[in-house]
Amino acid sequence: MIWLWGSLALWAAATALNVALAGSSLARSRMVRLLIPALFGVTLLVLWEGLVRGLEVSPVILPPPSAIGARIAADLPLLWTDFVQTILKGALPGYAIGCGAAILTAILIDRSPFLQRGLLPVGNFVAALPVVGIAPILVMWFGFDWQSKAAVVVVMVFFPVLVNMVAGLAATDRMQRDLMATWSAGYWQALIKLRLPAALPFLFNGLKIATTLALIGAIVAEFFGSPTRGMGFRISTAVGQLALDLVWAEIAVAALAGSAFYGLVALVERGLTFWHPSQRARV
Amino acid sequence: MRFRRAVLPILTVVAAILALWYAGAVLMNAQWARDQAARAGVEIGFTEIVRDTMSQERPVLPAPHQVAAEFGKTVFGTKITSKRSLVWHGWVTLSATAVGFALGSAAGILLAIGIVHSRAMDLSVMPWAIASQTIPILAIAPMVIVVLSSMGVTGLLPKAIISAWLSFFPVVVGMVKGLRAPDAMQLDQLRTWGASRAQTFWKLRLPASMPYLFASLKVSVAASLVGAIVGELPAGATAGLGARLLSGSYYGQTVMIWAALFGAAVLAAALVGLIAAIERVVLRRMGMAR
Repeated sequence: MIWLWGSLALWAAATALNVALAGSSLARSRMVRLLIPALFGVTLLVLWEGLVRGLEVSPVILPPPSAIGARIAADLPLLWTDFVQTILKGALPGYAIGCGAAILTAILIDRSPFLQRGLLPVGNFVAALPVVGIAPILVMWFGFDWQSKAAVVVVMVFFPVLVNMVAGLAATDRMQRDLMATWSAGYWQALIKLRLPAALPFLFNGLKIATTLALIGAIVAEFFGSPTRGMGFRISTAVGQLALDLVWAEIAVAALAGSAFYGLVALVERGLTFWHPSQRARV
Repeated sequence: MRFRRAVLPILTVVAAILALWYAGAVLMNAQWARDQAARAGVEIGFTEIVRDTMSQERPVLPAPHQVAAEFGKTVFGTKITSKRSLVWHGWVTLSATAVGFALGSAAGILLAIGIVHSRAMDLSVMPWAIASQTIPILAIAPMVIVVLSSMGVTGLLPKAIISAWLSFFPVVVGMVKGLRAPDAMQLDQLRTWGASRAQTFWKLRLPASMPYLFASLKVSVAASLVGAIVGELPAGATAGLGARLLSGSYYGQTVMIWAALFGAAVLAAALVGLIAAIERVVLRRMGMAR
């Protein structure tokens, strides 16, 4: 009982503190802006722990965060092999190949308005489809190991990146292109000096969406067959054994990996598109 | 004119995809045809190989017309109530999608209203809502299904919860952006008229957010369909497009997988199209059609 009431009291206190902080003039400072969401996250964890312990929820239904933390610490090597298999071997190569192919295709079809008008609606259509469904087919074609996962990721990230890149290549206005023409810049010079940089904000939009899709593709593809390692494999087998703390440990790793991947792409974006209004406003 | 500008390019691209598909079917299925011929001790020529690759029982890549035939057979050729009907499986998935989408987008809209009106909620919840977009949420799907079934909740609800979860965040992010869309001038105008917060909400913020809402609803309906399909993958689901995919991959029934994929594609296109149609009507009624 003390767990239940203690965590509820802490939650109420932290919420009151957050409301007070958000309403005060302190909320302008950077520290407090980071502190408020961090406090909220910590109270959620404490509330979770308190509710699970206080109400004596069975660990088969919902393990407390402390048990998940202990599992992460105990099974670090296992989690690392799964991480290598799914993220480093499955998601990253697929992401690189898919995004690279999409960027090249966008540059190629950019020269033909006819192809653009044809491919864009098709690309938009495919981007809305449940592409994960293609996973069982690709697992059949490329086998159980990481190659099939990378293939699923390639298919999943290709169209979102393509659509964004084509929109980005069309983002320069007439005046800028005319200026390049008066300087008698060739196609390639105009592409490299003007249109590719102008396309970057759009491209990074697509690349950031693709980071999450890449992880989802790599994990879900493992539900259809995989070697005896990998995050998707571990999740589906651990669920079968009701080892839910291991499942949550994998999910925590997936969440960390996903956020880190996204953050990395966002960092590169900030470095390359420092001139764009959306980046300047933040500073 | 409109045909030549808009439809012709799309038709060309689709025709090119079909041509590539047929070529791929011939290339990928040829090995099996050759093996079969070698086992039977016959020499076969190119035309026989091509003819064989078009009509194999379990091809590596089924030819488009095979998929179309299977799709037609399971959609129109069988009774809707039969377990072999793709319409029935599609309906199972669609009902989970619809419930999940309704739950998820309603919760998303409510949370967005809370975020816009409470600064504490904005500062504490919004960073997490954005961060959660970077997390592969689908990985939780099998666990949700198993945990809920151990608590005695089975059937439609677990799948609907997964699809609600997936459709939730796009709506929150889009709706917060939409409710903040009115600029300072318009807000000041309402203040000079002495409008209360509720009046500001109903007369300015909510109408102004509609274009953003529909844009994110289109994203989230597609996401909730993916959620429902993935929710059908684990632990012995027997109905729905996801279960169809899984059993197809167990038994090597590639034609069945492709037909189920097509069913999912048709469903996704229909759902997004439906939202787009509602969007057009609503925005025109509100005088916001572009």
